[in-house]
Amino acid sequence: MTVADDAAAPAMAADQGKSLFKRNLENFAENRLALASAVLVLIFVLMAIFAPWIAPHDPNETDLFRRLQPPGWMPGGEWSYLLGCDGLGRDILSRIIYGSRISIFIGTAVILVATTIGIVAGLAAGYLRGWVDIAISRLVDILLGFPYLIFAIGLMAMMGPGLFNIILALAYKEWVIPCRVVRGETLAVRELEYVEAARAIGASRFHIMLREIMPNILSPVIVVSTIRMADVIILEASLSFLGLGVQPPTASWGSMVADGRAFILEAWWVSTFPGLAILLLVLVINVASQGLRDAFDPRFNE
Amino acid sequence: MTTMPATPLLQVQGLRTVFETRAGRVFAVDGVDVTVNPGECLGVVGESGSGKSVTFSSVMGLVRPPGRIDSGSIHFEGRDLRALSPQDMRKIRGRDIAMTMQDALTALNPALTVGEQILEVLYAHDETLPHGRMARRKAARAKAVEMLELVGIASAGDRLKYYPHEFSGGMRQRIMIAIALACRPKLLIADEPTTALDVTIQAQVLELIADIRVRLGMSVVLITHDLGVVSEYCDRVMVMYAGQVVEEGPTASVIQKPQHPYTRGLLQSIPRLSLRGQKIKPIEGQVPDLIDLPPQCRFYSRCSERLDACMNRIDMRELGDLRRARCIRLPEVKA
Amino acid sequence: MQLGKLVERLLQLVPVLLGVSTIVFLMMALTPGDPVEIMIGDQPITPAEELTLRQDLGLDKPIGERFVVFLENAVTGDFGMSLFHRRPVFDVIVERLPATIELSLVALIIALVTSIPLGVMAAIKKNTIIDRFATIGSLLGVSLPGFWFGILLLMLFAVQLRLLPVSGRIGFDSEVAPITHFLLVDTLLRGRLDAFWDALSHILLPAITLGLPMTAILTRVTRTSMLEVLRQDYVAFAEAKGLSRRRILFRHALKNALIPTVSVAALETGSLLGGNMIVETVFGWPGLGRLVVESIFVRNYPLVQAAVLFYAVTYVLVNFVADLLYTLLNPRVKL
Repeated sequence: MTVADDAAAPAMAADQGKSLFKRNLENFAENRLALASAVLVLIFVLMAIFAPWIAPHDPNETDLFRRLQPPGWMPGGEWSYLLGCDGLGRDILSRIIYGSRISIFIGTAVILVATTIGIVAGLAAGYLRGWVDIAISRLVDILLGFPYLIFAIGLMAMMGPGLFNIILALAYKEWVIPCRVVRGETLAVRELEYVEAARAIGASRFHIMLREIMPNILSPVIVVSTIRMADVIILEASLSFLGLGVQPPTASWGSMVADGRAFILEAWWVSTFPGLAILLLVLVINVASQGLRDAFDPRFNE
Repeated sequence: MTTMPATPLLQVQGLRTVFETRAGRVFAVDGVDVTVNPGECLGVVGESGSGKSVTFSSVMGLVRPPGRIDSGSIHFEGRDLRALSPQDMRKIRGRDIAMTMQDALTALNPALTVGEQILEVLYAHDETLPHGRMARRKAARAKAVEMLELVGIASAGDRLKYYPHEFSGGMRQRIMIAIALACRPKLLIADEPTTALDVTIQAQVLELIADIRVRLGMSVVLITHDLGVVSEYCDRVMVMYAGQVVEEGPTASVIQKPQHPYTRGLLQSIPRLSLRGQKIKPIEGQVPDLIDLPPQCRFYSRCSERLDACMNRIDMRELGDLRRARCIRLPEVKA
Repeated sequence: MQLGKLVERLLQLVPVLLGVSTIVFLMMALTPGDPVEIMIGDQPITPAEELTLRQDLGLDKPIGERFVVFLENAVTGDFGMSLFHRRPVFDVIVERLPATIELSLVALIIALVTSIPLGVMAAIKKNTIIDRFATIGSLLGVSLPGFWFGILLLMLFAVQLRLLPVSGRIGFDSEVAPITHFLLVDTLLRGRLDAFWDALSHILLPAITLGLPMTAILTRVTRTSMLEVLRQDYVAFAEAKGLSRRRILFRHALKNALIPTVSVAALETGSLLGGNMIVETVFGWPGLGRLVVESIFVRNYPLVQAAVLFYAVTYVLVNFVADLLYTLLNPRVKL
């Protein structure tokens, strides 16, 4: 197949001269599916931010007359309560809109915390080597020795439920992933010439790690972190489902599905719609982040 | 040898193989004629991208999407290969026409033993094997050992159960040859058999091929970019450039008196001890982009003797003495 | 297989296991809140009784000592008494194990049986309907929250269609005296086909739910791996040998292509452990996962601690076996 590659090479040579980052972004933009998904992710985020203005009703307002009211298009339903009501008469659509805040906030917070810790630890381990590397790598190995959910559940069991605790519990294990990526990249990069040059000038180790190495390893870390976001959201929802997440009356998609379990015989909508929301958000994040990964794949840029 | 034998073993006419890429259509083989006679060794010379490998992959029916044979005829022993069903073509591959590849390390399956890889060719094609399971296996094994010994691998019986990565590069290449020859094919297509090897091993492998060729009365197509190899082992040579044949003829004649500017350039760019102290003369410029080529001489941009008339479609011209070349400056000889 | 190397690798596990135990211990010891007080809750209890409780749990000793005691207990399998069950923790866990293991195994089998053919076909028929289906299916498989999917399946098959049971492991009438404690096996061994179907219908939905993410991942891995393998030179060489498509596929391609699949499957098996808590809760499956969740809510910490330790150790061992498996499959990689 080298003939085909050779033939296409001149076309590629045309857009040299732009920064690697820009070119990758352009690659990404060409992938229409990924772009559309990214837009949808943005819509979810906006929905979360502007929830109070978008939601038709108060998510916590109970109305026992509306208990288990069907969605608007079914007999007995009302269009103003589009997706029906749950066991306490609360509007499901509004709760879903508000629930997006929890999922997105926790997802983002966990990823941010984990990535920050991961970058610091990974840089230290990869650049300083020695006992720092050994210690961090051992810790990573040990933490990797736990199945994800077990660890989080164990921690939540001990710490008790709550927003802050969930973020901690999930971040505790999540940081090893960016750490490994960063460590690997750092190991690869530290022997390159520009790092040598910085060392020759007498730059401090700290400076080198921060200003020379880090900007160049950010791309893969960002890609991995966006991919992980989807998983974290599902984990948070799972914890909430088990009752270990945010506590009532706050609406979390996972706990909404759990609430609906009691009614699967007579009111399927209580569990179905929140779960659908999770599915949609995770789906678009997955598509967008995989598109990002493909766009930043060095093979595309020759 | 200037007489044409009666029926050529392999006759390819007007072959065009195209690849549909994102950037456009690439005719990797654009109007190529090949003739291989029984018992002869044809050298095919060209740089990467000249289409030399694709030509013979097309002959073997190994071109896969996004590539396909666009037009042309391929006849082997008088049979039209393009008209064959996939099952019939499969019978020819490995049994009548065999191929070896450039890098023996990647051509041999790392997960299978060397023995298995020889045996499976025998099981697929060899009809002389006995029928019972045990007898069949025994007979096949014996033949496999025989093949390995033929290519010069010692203690062949034990070596059958080794994996490819446990052999050296030169031995792997020989194993590949052994596999190719297991069913005594009439035509061996050796694609760059020496490129991945050390110089000393190169000579051994080439000698091996030459020796077996004589013993089995086989025809060989030697695809290479090394004119030195061609001059030593091949009866005839065919020079390819950018998907076309630009010159062909008996080896000695072509090398002593090259007619096409490209061939001349190739010969001049070979470093030679006798020219010590002088600069090597490379051919300037690059191979043209093969996408949507205009019909003109493809060597135009690099030719030191180009004319305006070269901007038209150039066909092969007969030059007498079984020589042909694709250059407008050459006198046509209607034989 | 070099036995010495194997032992060496096993020994390398020890520090990891030690570290894992440390973390489990610390998780319990360092989290805020006095476990004794949490356990007592609002029950009226005298200070003397409280002291006894504390002593029983060993919580009156300094942390270092507690850790050593913990380790000793872990090795001997003594995790104390589960006050909730009035039986040793260890016994309670062991009793619930077979249900979880059986569920995980069936999920694994379903995942393998589905993903491998699907991935292979998606690769062979790239960009056709099957390929699109496999790709979209994979995407959905990793995006679906397991707990929701399980509920959806229940609503569809158990409630609407009334095809399958809603919860539990087996119906009342189908109980058989246990031999292996694996219901699917036991019912067959006891010759009760009706009970077997009953057990099967109970395990089907939870196993599908549990196995879905793994199926999705494995399909993708198999497809990518197969595509990669099909591009390899040794596949082209096998074709050049004239082997049948079937042989090339099964003998040459699959053997290499499945290596990543098996690797990933082995690794992901550990994750099955994490998932079964959710699935067991949704389907009311009487396994270890549901036990853990229940125990958390009744604050049965000794049991939670023991269960987490158990899961972690299993996970480490499973990963170890996965590594071993990889070296077995790939002849080029040594221990």
